[in-house]
Amino acid sequence: MSIFEYNGSAVVAMVGKNCFAIASDRRLGVNLQTIATDFQRIHKIHPKLYIGLSGLATDVQTLSQKLAFRHKLYVLREERDMRPETFASLVSALLYEKRFGPYLCMPVIAGLGDDNVPFICTMDCLGAKELAKDFVVSGTASESLYGACESMFKADMEPDELFETISQALLASVDRDCLSGWGGHVLLVTPTEVHEKTLKGRMD
Amino acid sequence: MMRIDTSGLDPFAPFTSASGDVYGDVLSVPSFELPRTTDFDGFQKKSVQMVKPAKGTTTLAFIFKDGVIVAADSRASMGGYICMSIVYLFFLHRTMIAGWDETGPGLYYVDSEGGRLKGKRFSVGSGSPYAYGVLDDGYRYNMSVEEAGELGRRAIYHATFRDAASGGVASVYHVGPNGWQKLSGDDVGDLHYKYYPVIAAPVEQEMSEAPSA
Repeated sequence: MSIFEYNGSAVVAMVGKNCFAIASDRRLGVNLQTIATDFQRIHKIHPKLYIGLSGLATDVQTLSQKLAFRHKLYVLREERDMRPETFASLVSALLYEKRFGPYLCMPVIAGLGDDNVPFICTMDCLGAKELAKDFVVSGTASESLYGACESMFKADMEPDELFETISQALLASVDRDCLSGWGGHVLLVTPTEVHEKTLKGRMD
Repeated sequence: MMRIDTSGLDPFAPFTSASGDVYGDVLSVPSFELPRTTDFDGFQKKSVQMVKPAKGTTTLAFIFKDGVIVAADSRASMGGYICMSIVYLFFLHRTMIAGWDETGPGLYYVDSEGGRLKGKRFSVGSGSPYAYGVLDDGYRYNMSVEEAGELGRRAIYHATFRDAASGGVASVYHVGPNGWQKLSGDDVGDLHYKYYPVIAAPVEQEMSEAPSA
């Protein structure tokens, strides 16, 4: 079994009309044993930029702390928040730095850039960027997430519809994956507000 | 019927037949019958598969004063089957055999190596340790059928919660002196919120406009 499947995870991000949503499951397991059902995989960098980290939980926490630290240094020097594109390059560089002993997680980055243009991207554990215009997925449920997103996603959705779509895609996908699920966590970000919701899910 | 000669395994067996007959004592040396099949390896594989604990499931059974409770989840396909005879009633589930005869309820655990254990309660599959925890804690011989059914259901629910490879529907059956009966079949997705309803967290602090001076 791959180390990426040790804890189990599901992360997805979708783009809507001047908004984006990012969602994850809440399970932390050790192989088949469920340890906790309130694990945080989505981390706030600033109010319009989030990173979801799938993969090994210990590296998820290490990486999120390192990234929060690097963003604070950036704010001190530049006196402004990072643009999503810049942040993606930072994550990519941070991962590639450990090319031969990598952090064992795969990030999903979602943010609103200049003029509130949504940005989403994903990477492998070495930092190879994969930009997308519609949706990105990651984690042990990635195959089923691709299927759900492929069939449910529509371009230019309004915030309400986007929230419903990403929630249904996540819940449907984790039902087909043993290692992820046990509830969901969804963030919907528009230029003016952020909606954060915890989803009730099948707890099996 | 083909027979396999096992005389070579016996250290005291003669190596050659005394008589010059081609078949000689072949039929009297230690041997056992082979199943009538052209694909022996396939048959053997299927036989082992039939009694092997199915991975990624939870099944439990226990005896109490009014009979036997058998409970299982539904995440993998159901590997068990039910067979009945006039005198005895057997309820075979994966590797547990539960039934009722003139001596009362009986429960056996059988493994793929041929081991057979008689006992009061058993649980098999990847979620079995979790089910044992609930079962051992709540078990009493003098339970009513309702109490016993609820214990079985709860043990399966807890197994589906902790074990990623168990889930779906928790089915509970009762085997009594006159036959078996299904007691419940609950989606564990609903069962979780029945056992642990979500209580709305009280709002600790609400944002409001600061009163203007």
